[in-house]
Amino acid sequence: MSYFGDIVRGIGSLLNGMKVTSKYLFFAPKEIITQYYPENRDTLKMFDRFRGEVIMPHDAENMHRCTGCQSCEIVCPNGSIEIIWDRVVNEETGKKVKIIDKHIYHLSMCTMCGLCIQACPTEAIIWGQNFENAVTDRTQLTKVLNKPGSKVHPDVKE
Amino acid sequence: MQQEYIVKDPFKTEEYMINMGPQHPATHGVLRLVLTIDGEIIKKVEPDLGYIHRSIEKMCEYDTYQQIVHLTDRMDYLSSHINNEAVCLTVEKALELEVPERVKVIRTIIGELTRLASHQLWWGVFGMDIGGLTTYFYAFRDRELINDIFEETCGARLTMNYNIPGGLMFDIHPNFVNRTKAFIKHFKTKLPEYDQLLTGNIIFEKRTKGVGVISKEDAISFGLTGPTARGSGLVSDIRISHPYSAYDRVKFNEVLFTEGDTWARYKVRIQEMWESISIIEQLIDNIPEGDFKVPTKAVIKLPKGEFYQRVETARGELGVYINSDGNKNPYRVKFRSPGFSNLSILDHAARGSKLGDLVAIMASFDLVIPDIDR
Amino acid sequence: MMLPTEWIHNFLYASMPEGLAHAVELVLIAVGFLMFFAAAGLYLVLLERWIAAWIQLRRGPNRVGPWGIFQTIADALKLVTKELTGTDKADKFLYNLAPYFPIVAALITISVFAYSQSLHAFDINIGIFFITAVSSIGVIGILLAGWSSNNKYALIGAMRSGVMVVSYELSVGLSLLTMVLMTGSLQLSEIIEVQRTGGWLIVQGHIPAIIAFMIYMIAGTAETNRTPFDLVEAESELGAGYHTEYSGMKFAYFFLAEFINMFIIASIAVTVFFGGWLSPFGITDEIFWLQPVWFLAKVLVIIVLMMLFRWTFPRLRIDQILTLEWKYLLPLNLINLVLMAIIVLLGWTINF
Repeated sequence: MSYFGDIVRGIGSLLNGMKVTSKYLFFAPKEIITQYYPENRDTLKMFDRFRGEVIMPHDAENMHRCTGCQSCEIVCPNGSIEIIWDRVVNEETGKKVKIIDKHIYHLSMCTMCGLCIQACPTEAIIWGQNFENAVTDRTQLTKVLNKPGSKVHPDVKE
Repeated sequence: MQQEYIVKDPFKTEEYMINMGPQHPATHGVLRLVLTIDGEIIKKVEPDLGYIHRSIEKMCEYDTYQQIVHLTDRMDYLSSHINNEAVCLTVEKALELEVPERVKVIRTIIGELTRLASHQLWWGVFGMDIGGLTTYFYAFRDRELINDIFEETCGARLTMNYNIPGGLMFDIHPNFVNRTKAFIKHFKTKLPEYDQLLTGNIIFEKRTKGVGVISKEDAISFGLTGPTARGSGLVSDIRISHPYSAYDRVKFNEVLFTEGDTWARYKVRIQEMWESISIIEQLIDNIPEGDFKVPTKAVIKLPKGEFYQRVETARGELGVYINSDGNKNPYRVKFRSPGFSNLSILDHAARGSKLGDLVAIMASFDLVIPDIDR
Repeated sequence: MMLPTEWIHNFLYASMPEGLAHAVELVLIAVGFLMFFAAAGLYLVLLERWIAAWIQLRRGPNRVGPWGIFQTIADALKLVTKELTGTDKADKFLYNLAPYFPIVAALITISVFAYSQSLHAFDINIGIFFITAVSSIGVIGILLAGWSSNNKYALIGAMRSGVMVVSYELSVGLSLLTMVLMTGSLQLSEIIEVQRTGGWLIVQGHIPAIIAFMIYMIAGTAETNRTPFDLVEAESELGAGYHTEYSGMKFAYFFLAEFINMFIIASIAVTVFFGGWLSPFGITDEIFWLQPVWFLAKVLVIIVLMMLFRWTFPRLRIDQILTLEWKYLLPLNLINLVLMAIIVLLGWTINF
């Protein structure tokens, strides 16, 4: 009697499926995987390699490590990085040295490929952990990474 | 004056055209299908592509070989690591570069994790396409753990860009091994649940068995690859026939089903998840020590000539063809994407079935539209 | 102790002429029912969302008010204030008429249920017949909506719905008929009265009653167009199905009607199979305010069961739905009817 056999087997398979969902329904609070997002902002920590955006760390004396070598600009596939640089005479040595005026980073064009950070010889740019990049005006996504009045760290040699 | 209408054939039926997509829940992106239907029965399916064409192949001609890698993330975004690996393998092949064993093993493990993540997403979406929304969330629960592994080691969850020609961008995270083991342990308990919820379900069985049958001959002549072809009994696993990376040192079976219907394609992918788990288990405990990359020049110039490498992505065979004229940019790049050939059989497979079947058939091909359009 | 309803009744008849008082009373009852079922419909939406969320390991609505309890009220406000869009080439009259059918049919149906011994708006002696007749009016709205919106997806959805409801109406009717054999009356209050003395019908009728209940649940789920029978809207195939071209309040009518229909299907099941407002073993039958609570509690259990169906099963295909009805449910139902008749004839029912 495969007709009735089919019916019994069918109902059995349906109940088997319902076993899974009802298990989760009744033990719901324990298994929930979603988070209360804006509320848990303080405790939410990204992994240290997380690629949020490119940042240029500055130390306490407002010094960065970028020499303006333009490696990152050349290696970037999308043209997200633009460096405006100048040559000034170093007072101690009397030589002309390249310094950056502006390190411009277009977050809107960045694909987070990480090539610039690999290419940087002085570790001047690193990945930032910020992931909340939503803005209402796209010009805000163009960022100048070096802070105004910042200098190159004296340890960094070109 | 009153015009008289004489209805000659009051019960005449007509076929009609309907646009499925580019904005449609079941086309997973911007695929447009022009359907000719008679009532509910499909007479003709014409895929219309080009809605997400970004000319990646052309863009590659203006990029250096390191830069090409990150573009391939955006083709088949669900197997982005395997795409990256394919480009890197081609470049390494052209340079005759031997990468360290450690790199090979890590690439294989992450590649298999990518395959698992892709198949999990496919499973969730398959369930959703045939009406059971809950599968989607169960699949994402488990996929989240893989994404965490990726995020910790590579920094990104989807478009990882972890490979570079000559090795890996950086070494694996110290937590990588433990996290992967924890995931495998977790997933081994959850995979039977997938079967319990969907595979064993009578409705699911009725919806998939005997639907969209593709014979082995058709699979060959349409150039199907990957799980879609293996559902028709076509031996097509590149990992076995042309092993790359560390696939030559692991033992696993090629999953083959001969029915050729949606059910068979479904079973192939479910079985492949078990195989992927077994591959990862074989490799995870003995990742060899060593460097994570071999140094390459800052500007890679490939020798003059043509280079081709194929890999098995989650969807099938991905071929990378690079034609170099000796410059730092390739002269021509061509990707043989699995999704494109798999889509080509849709008309053949779906003809004569119902509208609901079309969705199931399409889901069983596991199409990723950016992979088809590039 | 005087019930508040009695007090209103006396007040109305004392303060105005009899005919007017009667009319005012009818309006009051209608408004009361409308208010209650609008709220019930809204909160069933919220319940559905919670249950879906818990099954799917999510938290569910939690932003508007504590635990998100005002979420659906906010949604309703949004729908009310939304622009009513429509297609240019729609058949305007039918397009505007269609949303009223499901909601009106649903609201008519709820008037006949016995929510407690005295809370019974319209105790008609052909109750079950009335319910099955009126509730099938709703499908006209769906057919009209699909036809008039001049959209092929909507049309496919509507035609599927027509085919489905015509078939499954049969199973609902026959499975209820099976139970009516035991009660000997179509009147809902009478059906509950039978269960008061002899125990719930699902216990009285044992095997055939359980089969009838299962068939009724399957057919009832199909009647409400819910997964696994949601071909009418089948979002992965048809986008939104018959209500593709509707927005704002017109869409809300369809949406609300679906949830009230679910309530109706569960109410019929509770009345016919699980003793309506009766408590198990008659423990609190005499406390009048507990009667509707029991009724609603039982309805809620059935509704949760239907929601569990929805979030577990994949969708059937149109031909499989018809196969299920005509090759499985209908023959089984007929056999079951004969079985029940024999059992009732021979007095093999379980009576306490």
